[in-house]
Amino acid sequence: MKNIIFAFTMLLLPALAQASGGGVHLDKIDVDFTNKESLQRGMSTYVNNCLGCHSLKYQRYLQTAEDIGVPADMMKQNLIFSDQKVGEQITNAMPKGDASNWFGTAPPDLTLETKLKGSDWVYTYLRSFYQDESRPWGVNNAVFKDVGMPNVLGYLQGVQLNHCTATELAENVTEIDPLTGVEIGGCYSSLEGTGEQTVEQFDRTIYDLVNFMSYVGAPHTLKSQSMGVNVLIFLFIFFFFTYALKKEYWRDIH
Amino acid sequence: MAGSRNKNNPGIMGWIDDRFPATAMWEDHLSKYYAPKNFNFWYFFGSLALLVLVNQILTGIWLTMSYTPTNEGAFASVEYIMRDVDYGWLIRYMHSTGASAFFFVVYMHMFRGMLYGSYRNPRELVWIFGMVIYVALMAEAFMGYLLPWGQMSYWGAAVIVSLFEAVPFIGPDLAQWIRGDYLISGATLTRFFSLHVIALPIVLLALVVLHIIALHEVGSNNPDGIEIKDKKDENGIPLDGIPFHPYYSVKDIVGVVVFLFVFCAIVFFFPEGGGYFIEAPNYEPANPLKTPPHIAPVWYFTPFYAMLRAIPPIAASQFPGVIVMGAAIAILFVLPWLDRSPVKSMRYKGWVSKVAIVIFAICFCILGYLGVVASTPARTVIAQICTGLYFAFFFGMPFYTTMEKTKPVPDRVTG
Repeated sequence: MKNIIFAFTMLLLPALAQASGGGVHLDKIDVDFTNKESLQRGMSTYVNNCLGCHSLKYQRYLQTAEDIGVPADMMKQNLIFSDQKVGEQITNAMPKGDASNWFGTAPPDLTLETKLKGSDWVYTYLRSFYQDESRPWGVNNAVFKDVGMPNVLGYLQGVQLNHCTATELAENVTEIDPLTGVEIGGCYSSLEGTGEQTVEQFDRTIYDLVNFMSYVGAPHTLKSQSMGVNVLIFLFIFFFFTYALKKEYWRDIH
Repeated sequence: MAGSRNKNNPGIMGWIDDRFPATAMWEDHLSKYYAPKNFNFWYFFGSLALLVLVNQILTGIWLTMSYTPTNEGAFASVEYIMRDVDYGWLIRYMHSTGASAFFFVVYMHMFRGMLYGSYRNPRELVWIFGMVIYVALMAEAFMGYLLPWGQMSYWGAAVIVSLFEAVPFIGPDLAQWIRGDYLISGATLTRFFSLHVIALPIVLLALVVLHIIALHEVGSNNPDGIEIKDKKDENGIPLDGIPFHPYYSVKDIVGVVVFLFVFCAIVFFFPEGGGYFIEAPNYEPANPLKTPPHIAPVWYFTPFYAMLRAIPPIAASQFPGVIVMGAAIAILFVLPWLDRSPVKSMRYKGWVSKVAIVIFAICFCILGYLGVVASTPARTVIAQICTGLYFAFFFGMPFYTTMEKTKPVPDRVTG
């Protein structure tokens, strides 16, 4: 079932294409911070592909290790590539000035990116790069037009082609089979065999990555929710006691 | 006890009472303060405002322990609180949600006063102290919103402070004096921090004391808008009065629990309030070189912001809009003298007053909505109509309250 969903997600890509005017259609991502394996895979993808340019400078390795269920020494051995200690924050050594020259603007810290833009935006953005030889890195993005970032995960995704003009991208062109009601075409197609992952695998990779980034944006979420349930249950029960107390005192007031 | 000369109470309270009026104050303000027995739902919000004030002060003290009020460190210190301080996220969300909760309960509390004529003689000073609290609270909230030093913090402050530039002649100098710089900067941040954590809380606490002393001097109004002190028993106790403690203390605890249920649901599950309590652009550090595409104040200021935008500039000056916005708040101060009705409570006023206050409330909410969204020509027209009706409610009041036919007021409260 999940594979079918992922396959359709790819077919639905034209829906992502409303780049101009701010009315971009975004695919929904249902984040799940209890899925520790997903968070671990996401962190692995992050430190291997993103961290070189994008720090998570407000978040610490140790806190992350505890929250996503990785022993601290295992994280030190497998997920910290610099000589940083496990108690330190997740930073990189990219010089800001040089980065500005390389990309036009220094790659931002991404600790709070999913809070700033929303998880849906990041999830859609990372899957919306398409080949565009007019751009310095050979790719453009339907969600973030003329973005300075190369398609870093292109080696996994493969080459994604876009058959539409900018206007058509914006107008979310799609073709629907009149008999089945299924979308059969759109602006995008993938070149077979150019990436290491299939469409489903790549969507899974991005899901894990954005799930991890969303966790980093609000690492207290699970603790907050479990504490919140207990607090609300307490208040609900306490209400009846306070109400009974009030009733008792007010019995003689007419 | 040795040294005690108090015949009535020889214990430790007697010793204290000989030196400090502890028992007298307890009785004057709680156990022998007689409040009308017919308080309804609307009367929860006064004690809730006090609860939220205490919440803001306590969480604020703990936030201050870890916050850094500098251009370089402010944003990072908030994230430090959110991640590295034990339960820092909870303390911060209680404070940020508390700010919105404060305005919610204060707006409800003020509307209660308007419904039942609680501003009328002899409670004019209670109302005016309350209005000063409201203005101080707006200043407190505005300065507090700068402290996270995010994009919306920065640009919201930039827009509001720039309003002072519209004042003729002294405007630019005045704005610069407020900022302490040519633009919002670290200098502005430190002074706003100082005012937010020291000056304004002291002012607010003092005003709350004045508000309550004035109230307890004249006694509480009630939904019938009649004076319970007019009908007393042989002991001089109002026939329709009951001691605040224990009757209203136990009743208010029920209100507190219900309020906390909603409050905690937001704190633990929706702390950003759908982007209304903590706005998404505030997750990006303040950047003086990058203006966000859409700058909106926090929801509790938006009715007045909508009025500001609704007034067209004259000679390229926003000053008329600023005047209207200021007048919208200032006119509330003179409300006690605008209402000329022979009755206090909306229950016994005529239909014109009832229609007027409903239109007023609807316009205030519509303006609040319009202040959140981007303005379009059609929305501007609606904002202008609502602004007009807002003022018509007040300017028309001396006339419609004297001309309309009121209902007879009962001798005793009606429960």
